[in-house]
Amino acid sequence: MANTIPNRQVICDTLLELAKEDRDIMVLASDSRGSAAMAPFAKAYPEQFVEVGIAEQNIVGISAGLAHSGKKPFVTSPACFLSMRSIEQIKVDVAYSATNVKLVGISGGVSYGALGMSHHSVQDLAVSRAIPGLAVILPADRHETKRMTEALVKHEGGAYIRIGRNPVEDVYENDDYEFVIGKAVTLREGGDLTIIAAGETVRVALDAHDALKEAGVSCRVINMHTIKPLDEEAVIRAAAETGHIITVEEHSIHGGLGAAVAEVVVQHKPVPMRILGIPDEPAIAGKSAEVFDHYGISAGNIKKIALDLLGR
Amino acid sequence: METTALKAKAAQIRMDLLKMIHGAKTGHTGGSLSNTDILTALYYRVMKIDPANPKWDGRDRFIASKGHSVESLWCILGDLGFFPKEELKTFSQFGTRLIGHPNNKVPGIEMNTGALGHGLAIGVGMALAAKRDGRDYRVFCLMGDGEQAEGSVWEAAMAGPHYKLDNLVAIIDRNRLQISGSTEEVMGLEPLEEKWAAFGWHVVSIDGNDMEQLVRTFEAAPSIPGKPTLVMANTVKGKGVSFAENVAHWHHHVPNEEQLALALAELSAAIESYEQEGLVR
Ligand SMILES: Cc1ncc(C[n+]2csc(CCOP(=O)(O)OP(=O)(O)O)c2C)c(N)n1
Repeated sequence: MANTIPNRQVICDTLLELAKEDRDIMVLASDSRGSAAMAPFAKAYPEQFVEVGIAEQNIVGISAGLAHSGKKPFVTSPACFLSMRSIEQIKVDVAYSATNVKLVGISGGVSYGALGMSHHSVQDLAVSRAIPGLAVILPADRHETKRMTEALVKHEGGAYIRIGRNPVEDVYENDDYEFVIGKAVTLREGGDLTIIAAGETVRVALDAHDALKEAGVSCRVINMHTIKPLDEEAVIRAAAETGHIITVEEHSIHGGLGAAVAEVVVQHKPVPMRILGIPDEPAIAGKSAEVFDHYGISAGNIKKIALDLLGR
Repeated sequence: METTALKAKAAQIRMDLLKMIHGAKTGHTGGSLSNTDILTALYYRVMKIDPANPKWDGRDRFIASKGHSVESLWCILGDLGFFPKEELKTFSQFGTRLIGHPNNKVPGIEMNTGALGHGLAIGVGMALAAKRDGRDYRVFCLMGDGEQAEGSVWEAAMAGPHYKLDNLVAIIDRNRLQISGSTEEVMGLEPLEEKWAAFGWHVVSIDGNDMEQLVRTFEAAPSIPGKPTLVMANTVKGKGVSFAENVAHWHHHVPNEEQLALALAELSAAIESYEQEGLVR
């Protein structure tokens, strides 16, 4: 059955639950509490909610101040603006000053399809990845989002989290598993090839696995939910054991998941690799699914790339 | 175009944009309806433009800093013949040029916007270039009131008077609503006019849905040499559609079949009354 709960709602539900016990949890919004699905939190805990208006630099600075004073702020704002517009505040006020701020970028990737390049967030992994000490996380489904949110409340330090707008099909059967920041999850075993994905593309990778199985290819699928710190060991093992790697991401092919994996592969265990993502060209407008399809972020295309990579 | 005809034109643009949003099943309805009168006054009366020659170098420049209200702009540019009006049907569809924010692949659009708080600085640059080149075109920049919370607005607000840009006209669509509700509840702005005046702007406060006042104000600018003008256009979000007026939820709500029919009926009644007014004159 198709899942109807978007990840942003799961974050709100989980924080609502945890805030009962933990009065230091705070949620901030930039005229975005509706898009972030945080209206219920604002209503239930007005003393733990801060509205800053349309001011993404301000929201990060204020959060750093709150964190410095012992609070656990969760900033919720559209990923495109939060990650790029406030990047200097993230670098200096969050990372450099080691404040405990969780930055939740909502409607990331191409979720805001028809609103154009200003609203697409496909450079956020590149910029956030280059900031020392900042964890960068993309949960794959609602179960992982719940576990991730719990882990983030316990985690001391800055983090950038990117989620999409619409509900995604489940990747996990339930939320009965341990989420560890920085530890990748092998979802399918395989010996011929590894597909590494993160966020909403994990589901696409699983579908590609099934399509490849029909073609007689044994394919490993890794959910690299944490882009930074990257689980290098999982990458090196995949390279050594399967000899071929394809990465899939809802991000520019420059500087994202594929780049992070490639950096490890070339330095530790060079193997043939392909990076699938959004090409370096002006954004095309359309619904997420149309944009994915346009750029070949689909099970069918991954299968084609895999067969080509394996020389079959 | 004379004032009564402008009022009828604005009502027609509202009808066009509602049909377009309804067809696309997406769009920013409230803010587009609130600024339709401002854009109609500028495009059909005040600004020097040439739809047949969109890049004419003597043209006045317009920047939609509140880029999410692009619907009124698409309908006006289509109506004026900057591109075939038929193309409005592709609004927000896969691969279209007419996306949900201004896109300068489309003739008549100067700059791409969509991230709030960018437009005024661009306007300062354009107005400064005109001064340095000794050109007499004017630059109009439309901002939202919620947008005023962006610090970059105030950086540009400081630069305009510093460079004595009396060829620059900033307009605030003061409809008092943003997405999460009233501007004064989300992030209080008042006293907003005093703030702009303190930054060195010549501030003019008008009813931004009153065509006579709009035309008079824009035609008079700059009224003080050496000072940029800030037009505080007090408007109604959702203007012209009774059930959408002053309702925050209509920021990006899409009318259903019945709501569309009702809105179109209200607007065509308005057009009829303007036509009567025109005959009486
Ligand atoms: C930098 C940036 N942050 C957030 C948004 C999302 N956003 C689009 S419209 C809007 C509300 C705008 O309110 P206002 O400026 O009052 O415009 P209006 O009410 O006239 O539509 C917001 C927050 C954006 N487009 N850009």
